[in-house]
Amino acid sequence: MMKRRTLLAGAALAVALSTNPVLADGHEPLKVGFIYVGPVGDFGWSYEHDQGRQALEAHFGDKVETTYLESIPEGPDAERAIRQLAQSGHDLIFTTSFGYMNPTMKVAQQFPDVKFEHATGYQRAENVSTYSGRFYEGRTVLGHIAGKMTESNIVGYIGSFPIPEVVRGINAAYLAAAKVNPDVEFKIVWANTWFDPAKEGDAAKQLIDQGADVILQHTDSPAAMTIAEENGIYAFGQASDMMQFGPNSRLSSIIDNWAPYYIERVQAVMDGTWESTDTWAGIGEGMTKIGEFKNMPEDLAAEAGALRDAIGAGEIHPFTGPINKQDGSPWLAEGETADDATLLGMNFYVEGITGDLPN
Amino acid sequence: MKTSVAPHAVTLTAIAALVVFALANGLNPVLLTVSITVAATPLLLAALGEMVVEKSGVLNLGVEGMMIIGAIAGFATAVETGSPMIGLIAAAAAGAALSLVFGFLTQVLLSNQVATGLALTLFGLGLAALLGQSYAGLKPPSFPHLDIPLVSDIPVLGPILFAHDLLVYITALILLGTAWFLYRTRAGLILRAVGENHDAAHALGYEVIRIRLAAIAFGGACAGLGGAGLSLVRVPQWTEGMTAGAGWIALAIVVFGSWRPGRVALGAFLFGGVTILQLNLQAANLTALWLLVLGFLLLATHVTVRGLTTGSMHRSMLPLWAATLASAAWALAAPVSIQTQYLSMTPYICTIIVLVVMSADRLKANLNAPASLGRVFFRTG
Repeated sequence: MMKRRTLLAGAALAVALSTNPVLADGHEPLKVGFIYVGPVGDFGWSYEHDQGRQALEAHFGDKVETTYLESIPEGPDAERAIRQLAQSGHDLIFTTSFGYMNPTMKVAQQFPDVKFEHATGYQRAENVSTYSGRFYEGRTVLGHIAGKMTESNIVGYIGSFPIPEVVRGINAAYLAAAKVNPDVEFKIVWANTWFDPAKEGDAAKQLIDQGADVILQHTDSPAAMTIAEENGIYAFGQASDMMQFGPNSRLSSIIDNWAPYYIERVQAVMDGTWESTDTWAGIGEGMTKIGEFKNMPEDLAAEAGALRDAIGAGEIHPFTGPINKQDGSPWLAEGETADDATLLGMNFYVEGITGDLPN
Repeated sequence: MKTSVAPHAVTLTAIAALVVFALANGLNPVLLTVSITVAATPLLLAALGEMVVEKSGVLNLGVEGMMIIGAIAGFATAVETGSPMIGLIAAAAAGAALSLVFGFLTQVLLSNQVATGLALTLFGLGLAALLGQSYAGLKPPSFPHLDIPLVSDIPVLGPILFAHDLLVYITALILLGTAWFLYRTRAGLILRAVGENHDAAHALGYEVIRIRLAAIAFGGACAGLGGAGLSLVRVPQWTEGMTAGAGWIALAIVVFGSWRPGRVALGAFLFGGVTILQLNLQAANLTALWLLVLGFLLLATHVTVRGLTTGSMHRSMLPLWAATLASAAWALAAPVSIQTQYLSMTPYICTIIVLVVMSADRLKANLNAPASLGRVFFRTG
């Protein structure tokens, strides 16, 4: 008899736990999960997301409980990892890479009570929000610096995958560089990975061999920065500051600042005001930050700072006409600025970039 | 028999054509050669080690695991002591230690070599990730670059031969030493005898198990050095899983090289070459089809040179030259952009093609393979 009662009580408790009484009394910690594409120690993309997670813990204390799964490949394994978080009672799950889009949507359908936030994607649902930084605003500042700093007029660019996000960055950087240096040429190498230090390092080395003296990257590890430092050329931090990897090479960096957004969204879940939203915030909102200007003349640092502030204030749009597409067909007329829909689906190079965009 | 200058003329013309092509497209052949050498070094080290192991009749599939243990051991030691040389020694020691686990299991406890080797790879990857947790993001002391005085200033040859990091020279010494040991010393003959027929070697009074354990330890040390080459020289940083399949490629190179040091070296350079070239072709805005042209050109040249030397032309010579021209025409006419996925696949596709070609000529492949490879040795009497 006694035994059965305990059993029943246990079952009731289990039901209570699984339905998750969301913080009505403020004592039950909100469980927040994170999925990272690289190791938290990549000192780039995943590292910054983890900084955001730690900021959550610091801000909310014992009102939140966070979990993360690192180095989750984009693909079938991602779905398993996301489902695992959803099943283990997480209320809010951040999936932090573009390739998690379909797995996130799939798991979200099966767990309507769990809220999902997918970084850099474009598919949303009742319980799936998307968020991303306008990193291309930062690329404009970096491109400006690269155009001014290069002496060989060859800028190397290490791409990851030819998705709109990366293509947009290449175009923004090229437009800014060509504006201050009409002779500049971009050499683009696709590493076909977000994170593979050996490959990223090889790519940087080959670009240097082919005459590049400034390197931009859209991959996650500081390998290219390490190689740049060794070869005495310039590079930029990507996603994270990366200063320690290139004390003499790092010019500036694009830093992803996720903490304010994460805190805002967790607060929304606690308050019961969470809704599916689409956030795309840039320098102005503080989601995209530009790292300190180093290893460059002071007047250039001042110029770059002014450009950053003007973009942040909305005075300058990185994609302002006249701009032609690579094949010479007109895209933006004089003074016209690009709309977000075109930017989000960008699958073409602008005029002046050589080479074919892989499909 | 009259020796002819024709074979050399063909070889030189082919090399000249490659150099002209590279220069015309803004690629520097000297820098390319240097990059390929650096990329080939870790593969060559691991492959040489595995070749000796297989020559003794043991198949150790744990190369990947030993490489990554070498990578983290070398990296951690170099960071802690501040000396990359001590790092190299630690890497070799760690690789050898791990390989002896395999040696104990397979030679003393007579476990299955294939299964144990696979387990060694999985174990090595996991252990390295655990050991390396606190080393992610650190910068190791920089590896000494050894420019040999005077000769390193010779144009073209200087940078290609005499201005590398120390590991390249160590690898060259190991390559020469291995070839010398296997084919010029009595101990090498015994090692090969053990690999060919362990029962006969045992009957002659040789310590089969001890000899094999020594070979396994040597293979582990070489793999460990190769791993350290990745984490200390090629990309001076530590990241989980950074060997990314290099150990498996080393295994393939041993088969490609049909268990001969010279051919194993050639295989390592071909593989490193494909990896580096595909990046360079991208940066130079050339289509990857040129890799195909290069492959046909090398084969056609090889067949022609051999034909000229032996005096009888192989029937595949003309079709190969035709294929070279046809693919070149294709590459010129349609500079199509190829999906980057295919570019990343090229090294692996090449490995598969080579393995298929190798095994097609079964008799020839079997002639070189150690006869007792992978077979369990039961000690009797």
